[in-house]
This record gives sequence, structure tokens and C-alpha cells, in this order.
Amino acid sequence: MLARLIDTRMAVFLAVLFVLTVAVPLGNLVIAGQPVPSYVVALLGKYLTYALLAVALDLVWGYCGILSLGHGAFFALGGYAMGMHLMREIGPRGVYGDPVLPDFMVFLNWKELPWFWLGFDSFWFAALMVMVVPGALAFVFGWFAFRSRVTGVYLSIITQAMTYALMLAFFRNEMGFGGNNGLTDFKDILGFDLQADTTRAGLFVAAAVALAAGLLLARYITTSKLGKVLVAIRDAESRTRFLGYRVEAFKLFVFVVSAMMAGVAGAIYTPLVGIINPGEFSPANSIEIVIWVALGGRGTLVGAAMGAIIVALSRTLLTSWFPELWLFALGGMFILVTLVLPQGILGAVEAGLRRVRRRPREAAA
Amino acid sequence: MIFTRQSAPRGGEAAGPGRCPVAWALTLALVVILGLLAPPQARAASDSFESLVAALAGGSYSDRAKLVAKIAQTGDPRALGLLEALTDGRLYQRKSDKRIVTVAASGKPPGMSDAITGEDLGVFNKRAAKKVKVNNSLRRKIRTAIGLLSLTSSDAQDRLKAAQAAFASGDPAQLEALDAALSAESDRGVATALAEARAVAILNSKTGLAEKQAAITVLKQRGDRDAQAALSPFRDDPALAGAVAVALRSIEERQALWGMAQNVWYGLSLGSVLLLAAIGLAITFGVMGVINMAHGELVMLGAYTTFAVQEAIRTSAPGLFDWSLLIAAPLAFVVAGTVGVVIERGVVRHLYGRPLETLLATWGISLMLQQAVRSIFGPNNREVGNPGWMSGAFELGGMTITWNRLWILIFALMVFVGLLFLLRRTAMGLQMRAVTQNRPMAAEMGINTGRVDALTFGLGAGIGGLAGVALSQIDNVSPNLGQSYIVDSFMVVVFGGAGNLWGALAGAFTLGVANKFLEPFAGAVLAKILVLVFIILFIQKRPRGLFALRGRAVEA
Amino acid sequence: MSSQLFLSGVSKSFDGFKAINNLSMVIEKGELRAVIGPNGAGKTTMMDIITGKTRPDEGEVYWNDAIDLTRLDEAATARLGVGRKFQKPTVIETLSVADNLNLALKADRGVFSTLTARTGRTQKTEINRLLALICLSDQRSRPAADLSHGQKQWLEIGMLLAQDPALLLVDEPAAGMTDAETMRTAELLRNIAGERSVVVVEHDMQFVAALGCKVTVLHQGHVLAEGSLDHVSANPEVVEVYLGR
Repeated sequence: MLARLIDTRMAVFLAVLFVLTVAVPLGNLVIAGQPVPSYVVALLGKYLTYALLAVALDLVWGYCGILSLGHGAFFALGGYAMGMHLMREIGPRGVYGDPVLPDFMVFLNWKELPWFWLGFDSFWFAALMVMVVPGALAFVFGWFAFRSRVTGVYLSIITQAMTYALMLAFFRNEMGFGGNNGLTDFKDILGFDLQADTTRAGLFVAAAVALAAGLLLARYITTSKLGKVLVAIRDAESRTRFLGYRVEAFKLFVFVVSAMMAGVAGAIYTPLVGIINPGEFSPANSIEIVIWVALGGRGTLVGAAMGAIIVALSRTLLTSWFPELWLFALGGMFILVTLVLPQGILGAVEAGLRRVRRRPREAAA
Repeated sequence: MIFTRQSAPRGGEAAGPGRCPVAWALTLALVVILGLLAPPQARAASDSFESLVAALAGGSYSDRAKLVAKIAQTGDPRALGLLEALTDGRLYQRKSDKRIVTVAASGKPPGMSDAITGEDLGVFNKRAAKKVKVNNSLRRKIRTAIGLLSLTSSDAQDRLKAAQAAFASGDPAQLEALDAALSAESDRGVATALAEARAVAILNSKTGLAEKQAAITVLKQRGDRDAQAALSPFRDDPALAGAVAVALRSIEERQALWGMAQNVWYGLSLGSVLLLAAIGLAITFGVMGVINMAHGELVMLGAYTTFAVQEAIRTSAPGLFDWSLLIAAPLAFVVAGTVGVVIERGVVRHLYGRPLETLLATWGISLMLQQAVRSIFGPNNREVGNPGWMSGAFELGGMTITWNRLWILIFALMVFVGLLFLLRRTAMGLQMRAVTQNRPMAAEMGINTGRVDALTFGLGAGIGGLAGVALSQIDNVSPNLGQSYIVDSFMVVVFGGAGNLWGALAGAFTLGVANKFLEPFAGAVLAKILVLVFIILFIQKRPRGLFALRGRAVEA
Repeated sequence: MSSQLFLSGVSKSFDGFKAINNLSMVIEKGELRAVIGPNGAGKTTMMDIITGKTRPDEGEVYWNDAIDLTRLDEAATARLGVGRKFQKPTVIETLSVADNLNLALKADRGVFSTLTARTGRTQKTEINRLLALICLSDQRSRPAADLSHGQKQWLEIGMLLAQDPALLLVDEPAAGMTDAETMRTAELLRNIAGERSVVVVEHDMQFVAALGCKVTVLHQGHVLAEGSLDHVSANPEVVEVYLGR
């Protein structure tokens, strides 16, 4: 079983991830002089949640050919579900000191908590909702879309419309999710102060564990017979139907799993960065996820995770060094990857390695 | 007796040596005498313009208000200027001789003249004069009075304005003047306005029931919000309640109808914008199966071209400003079209048959174009002006139509018809359709599909540029301009059905009107969300849109 | 004996064009049948209707005289035992030859049973048998994309057999094959028939002759003639349709 899940690339990636998971908190909390500053911990943690989001998208796009331009929506919904719990955790410590209502509701003169906020005072309920809400949306959306055989760019465009509609909705104050400002000013999670270094390190570890678990789950799915059916759907949807597979059911399954995974990523992201707002639903955000996957290597899982980290890191660096250049760089990446790197970085590196390995053997022969 | 006491010195002054013709002096002297002799009860008979004006400086505000009304009723040609000076606070009483003087509106120091004779009295000295004061309620009365004066103006436009002002004030004191004006009026539009003003005045007066009923009918026929406002105070009047209720109901129905018409218009206007933004997209998607995510940025380039053209005109040939859009349109087409051809040859060409990759690559291009424009023109909104013929609005029945929206609608339809012509009637259009329907066959028949592709993409892009020229007139010109239209224009294409211009037309106008009809109930944002949800559901039912191409060619 | 497939009065039009017009046909169990006809005669639409891809406007399509095929979708008809081979060889290019066959093997097609499915000894044996039958044993681990055109055709036929269908619908299997390959394919189909029903749509008369079976001539969506190849070739209407234009 383990052998099936862990091939070379997965082994290398998990090993590096493990080293990071140990070294970063150590460097931040234990080693004198704090060689790893606290903001770096939060930043790296954020990258890892992006990586998980990329793995989720790779599962549907890389393996099943569903190019979702709305995966940011699932991420944001997970983030909001966790954000709602964190808001309720604040309790009477808000600016207005209302024991139940979050500040923005007091500000808007709301008298009581809307029904959809009920239950979020419990962490475990919130943790469940982090997966249930994105999963339910994916189920409803996918059920309609896949059953009526909307495919290709049409599907991409309506997933984009989905996240766009949600963005507009969440911008409204009346929705009860903090409108423009979103949810922020969190105090603590499970009783731990969100400003404390230890909590941040804990969240970083949680992100790393979630990423590893997500990768292994995705790997389990893609190496199973179901994974082969997904590939069959991607390459020859019609053929797969005539083989007797109910294509829409498979698509729905993988779409829902992927949405849940994205939701978990969003849920860890929110406490790490301390805010979740409707901007996360913007179509541009969702398209950017696609480039993470494409850059790293579509259909490789590990590559997708790498791609997310590479793009996020270059964004951090470039926007602070040459802010003017960032969009050129990002735009260039989209063009470059589609034109000359269809296999992504991982694909190119592995092809390179194979060539290097083959050459000495050929020389010997 | 304020009145007579004041007329005396003024009369004396006017008769001063060598200033006025003798006849004038005699007349004035007579007036003064009459004024002196007249008993208070008979004062009305002596309400000459001169005596009224002379009386202005004394008394309370309410006395002054009565005087103003009477001055207006004299219909004296000097009254208008006098009343205007009064509201502007340019009317004074000279302390030395109690003469009422008008201070010139301009000049430093300003000159002054006699308010009645117009005689030049030299430089105005503020200390030697007392201002004839006005307060707000008086100012309102003066405005009404000025309005009534204009009722007899020779310019029909002025008379119409005066009638409208009379309507708004609804003062029964105007009745006489209105009746007089109405009997003399020859212009039908002005006559209607006068009749309506008269109706309001009658309702407010103590006239008999029959006249009031007739007045209600007049207002009912007018049927707009103002008529509604004029009628509603009488809703509880026991004598009139029934007739008023009927009239109000009829007005409301009419209003609802006009409101609907206005919504349709807003919807058509939004639809025309969507059509412009989407039609280029429909071409590239339909003919080439290419999703061009950079289309919004091509629109933006068109808008910035307009901006650049206007800048150039502003600095070197300001007289051409009204022509700026006509100059910008072809330029925008060429700029956006050229960029489109470059995109096609440089990137899209290598990705045919891989629509998802094309989508990503063109998205990358869109990001770069955005940043390029941001670097060159700055991140802020740029000011693009409306030429004279694009600004302002006109009334059509109960709805308001702005010129810029109307021109954009016309422009969108012109582009649509032009495109239709191009596709149906020209060799290039024939080749494009051939490539759409059967690419390999078209290639075999000697059509250079590569050239057709480049031209098609360029055409779609160029139309995006034209859309930008139009959008610059109603939206902020910023590097984000394109982003705000991209989702909507995709919805139009998907809803209408790719590859069909009629689909784009139907899609754009349906979505535009649907949006505007939902807005009053749901609010702008929710309306948009509902439309998006509707399209998402619609796509499930008809995955290929409203006007889908069918048959084998599409399946393959 | 009940028929395998029974079509009666089937019609289907697209935008006013009658692709299938009052078509009736019966395929017996174990029968090998060739369907010929000029372009646009409705052969592909007929197969679409049988497999549930397209719903007919009117008419009946029955399986085993009992099951109404017009109510089922592609996956359901496939599970029932209809195997379809496309004109253009369609295999899953990125999967290995063995995986292609594995996916086609008769098994529970549900989502969760597929997720937990394991390839056991019986499956492996069956895959090996099929590989040998379609002469691809050496290629078992190579991606299907690497196969030649003819090899892909065979792999697809192998996948059909792996489904263990009661009826095979085969669309122009000989297209693009060498003469030798064509003859081998004809032989393969003859061997398959008997145990299963086979309907072959074909243009190549040599190939049809090699099949040596009953022939149905379709024209403008309905049956023009039916019988042995010699019989239909002698039909003046058929000659008119084939040579008259």
C-alpha cells in the first residue's frame, strides 16, 4: 500500500516537507537569536496552504481534465467557515464588547445572530463545516454541470461565474459575513493566542501535516482503479462512457473531494494570515491557482504543490523588490508554461534527469 | 401712510433740472399728486410701478412681498430687472434723498442708477445707502413673480419655463396672470403647461367644485410625478377625494408603465454595452474556438486610445474636441486589432486545439497588458470627456434618455450590422465561415487558414477596441476596465451560443434587460448574482447556448 | 428464440434533417451482420440510438425483447452488454495497454467499488488472455499512445471483448488497415460472432465479402435492401444508390 502511494518524487517531497516542519519551528522557538523570524513562519505556512489548494486543483484538472476556474471559492468558503468560528471565539473581547455578536454585526445594528452562524462557536462544528460547505457547493454545482455534460471551456467559464457571483454576494453587508472587510481581528484559536509564536508555529505544522495528508489522499485516489478511470475520462470521455462508467458520478466524486481539500487549505490559511475577505473569491485568484499547477507540472500532485510554493515565493520577493514587474512575471509564466513547458517544471526536470541517466549507459554500450 | 410720504421727495428729484424730458417730469408730478391725494382705500388705483417701487424700502417683509406681487402684476417692462436686482441684493435706498437705486452687478467700484428711470447716478457708495433687504420666503415669492413676468416673454422657451415654475409654486395668486397668458398663448406646448399650472393654482384656490374637478382631470392627463405631488395633498379633501383618488390611480398606472419603459431602456443600454464587449469575443470563440481572456484588455486599450486622442486634441487642436470620438474609433480599432494579430501570431497560433491552454496563455497576456498600461498611464482613472453631442439628456414621455447611452446603443447596433455584413457579404467573411464550419476542408480548398485566423482574431480584437471607445464615455478609464467586463461578456457569449452573432445580440440584450428588471426588486448586486445563477442553470439545459450551431461539424 | 436487438419504426431528425427515417431491423443472438450505405445514410446515428447516446424521436428499440434501450444512457447500455467501437480508434492514450484492458474488464462500475478495486489473479489472467488474442503481449506496459494505428484498432477490439458484451457495434474497423490486417480483422470478427452478436458498419466491400454474412443496406435513414451480399448487389436500387452519384 505504502509503496503504491510513495514513489520517488513523493518521497523526496515528503522528506523535504518533514525537515521543514521540524526545522522551522525549532528555528523560530528554540534556537537562540531566532534565525527564523515569526513572519517567515506565517509566510511559509501560507505557502503550504496554497500548495494544498494546488494539489486539490491538480486532482480535478490534472487527472480528470476539469479545468475549474473557481477553486478559489472553495478555499475561501473553508476560510470563512473557520473565520466564523474565530469571530465567535472573540466573544465579549470585541470593540463593542457584545458577548455574542461579532463587531461588524453590532455596527450594522443587527440584533441577533443569523441562523447560519449558529454552531460556529464550537471548533469541531466549524472544522466539519470547513469541509461540508465547500463539498456541498461542489456537489450541487457539479451535479448540475456534469449531468448535463457541460465540459471544456464552457465548464471553466461557469466555474468562473460561480466564484464571481459568490464574490459579489460576500461583498454585500446583508450577507452577514462582514461585507467588504471580511472577517478579521481574531484573538485566539482553541484557547491559544493567535499572536503567539507558538500558536503560529503550531499552525505551520498543521499546514504541513494537512499538505502531506492531502498529497497522500490524492495519491491514493489517483493510483487506484478510480484514478485510471479519471484519466480515461480526461483523455477519452466518450470511450469511458461506452465502457460502462457513469462519467458524471466520477467527476462529481473527485470534484467534491477536491473542493473539501481546498476548504481545509482555506481553513488553515485564515488563522495564519489573520483575515479572510471577499477578495479571495475573485476570479483572478482562481486562475492563478491554475498557473501554480501548470508551472509545477499538471497531473503530478507533487509538482502542483511545488508550483504553488514557487509562484507564491516569487510573488513575495518580486512585489517587494520590483512591484512593477510582478504582473509581467506572472503573465509571462502563463505564456511560457503553456507554450514551452507543457509538462511543467517537474516534468522538465524529470525528463532532464532521465536523459542524464541514460547517457552514461549508452556510452557504456 | 408710508406710501405717500415717500413718493413726494422722489417726484421732486425726478423733476430735477436738465435731467429728464419735461413730459416725464410732468407725468411723474401728476402721479405724485394723485398719490398724495388718493385715500388709502383707493390705493389700488394708484398702484403704479413707480409708486410700488418707491414703497419697497419701508415696511415689513410681508409688506414687501405684497409689493413684489403687485410690481409683477403691472407687467411693466422694467419689473424683471428690478426684481432680479432685488433678489440679488443689489437694490438700495439712497439715504440722502430716499431714492431707490439699482447697483450694477459688475464693476469696481460698481456704478448705480435710478431703479425707476434708469438714470445714471455715478459711483455707488455703500455707506450712503440702505439695502432693501430680502429673506428666504421673500426670495421665493420674488422668484414666482419673476416667473409670472416671463409668462409674457416673447421667447416661447422662456414662457414654458415660466409656466413650469408657476406649476411648481401652485400659488392661487397667479391665477389671473395665468388666465391672461393662456388666452394669449399660441404655442401648444406652452399652452398645455399653462393649463396645467392653472389647474394647480385652481386646486389651491377657493374656486368652485366644478372648476376643481376639471383641474384634476387636467393633472390626471399630465400624469407624471409632479402631477402626483400636486394632487396628493387633496387626497383627504372630502369634496375632491373621489376624483383625486381616481386621478392618482391612473397616474400611478401610467408611472408604472413609464417606469417599465425606462427599465427596458436601461436594460437595452446595458445590453448594448455588453454586446459591444462580447461581440468581438463571440467572433474569436465562434470562428476559432479560442477563449481570449485578454479581450477585456483590448477593450481597455481602445479606451486608452480615446484618452490619448483627446489629450492630443486638448494640447494642439482644442477645436476638434467634438470630433475626438470619430477620430479615436478607427485608431482604437487599429491599435487593438494590431495587438490582437500580434497575440495570435505570437501565442495563440501555437495552441490551436488546446482551448484550455489558450485560455491560460491569453490570461497571462491580459495581466501583462494591464501592467503595461498601468506603468505607462499610471494606476489611476484617466479623464475622458464627453463631446457636446454625447452629453446631456432628453425627455421622452415619462422617461429620461441620456445622449451618450443612446449613441452607444446606436453605435453597438452599427458595429453589429457592419460585422454581419462583413461575414455575410465579403470574401473574408466567406472564408471565415468556411473555416468555422470545416477547417480541414477549407484548408484543402486553398484557404490560407493561418491568415484567416490572424485576421479573425485581429477583427475580434479591433471590435474590442471600438467597444473601449464607447465604454470610455460611461465608465472609468483605468487599467482594470477590462477586468470588470470579462465575466459579463463571457456570460453573453455562453448564453447566446458561441459562433453566432445573433446569439450574441439576443444574449446581450436579454441579460441587460433581465438585469435591469431585477434591480428594483433585488438591488444591483443581487440582480447580477441572480442573472449569473440563471445562466449557470441555463447552461445545464442548453450546454451550447441559445443559438447553438448543431450538427457534425461541432461534434468533431 | 428472442432477438438480441429489435428496432422498429425508429426516426430521428436534426434541425429538420431526417437522419433516421422509419428504420426497422432485427439482430438475432450470435448473428454477424454487416451494415453498408453511402455517407449520410444514418449509420452512425443508428449506433448512437442503440447505445443511448441519442434519443429517437419515435420508434422502439428493444434488447432481448424485454428492455427498452431508448430509456438508457451510454453507461447503462454498456453495462447491459452493448460494446461499441468507434470509427476512429479511441483508446486511453496515456494509460498502458494493460490498464486500458483492465478498465474495460467486466466489474462493478460504481465509484466507490472502483476506488477500492484491486486487480486480482483472475483479472490478470484475463488481461493476459486478451493481450495474446490481440497480439499485444509485448506492448502491455507501453502507453497506448505509442501503438500503431492498426494496433490501436485491435486494442479497442480487445477492450470490447474485455467488456464481455452480448452485442458488438463495430464502426469501420478496417479503415486505415493494411490488406493483411483487414483480413485478420475479418477473421477475428467471424470468430467472435456466434457467441456474441456483431454488427459491423463498413464501406470496404472486400471486407464485407470477407465477413460472409447477411448485409443490410441503409439509404437516407431507412433500410433499402437486406440479404446476402450477392443478393443486395443484384438489387437495382442499391446499384443506383452506390453508382448513381
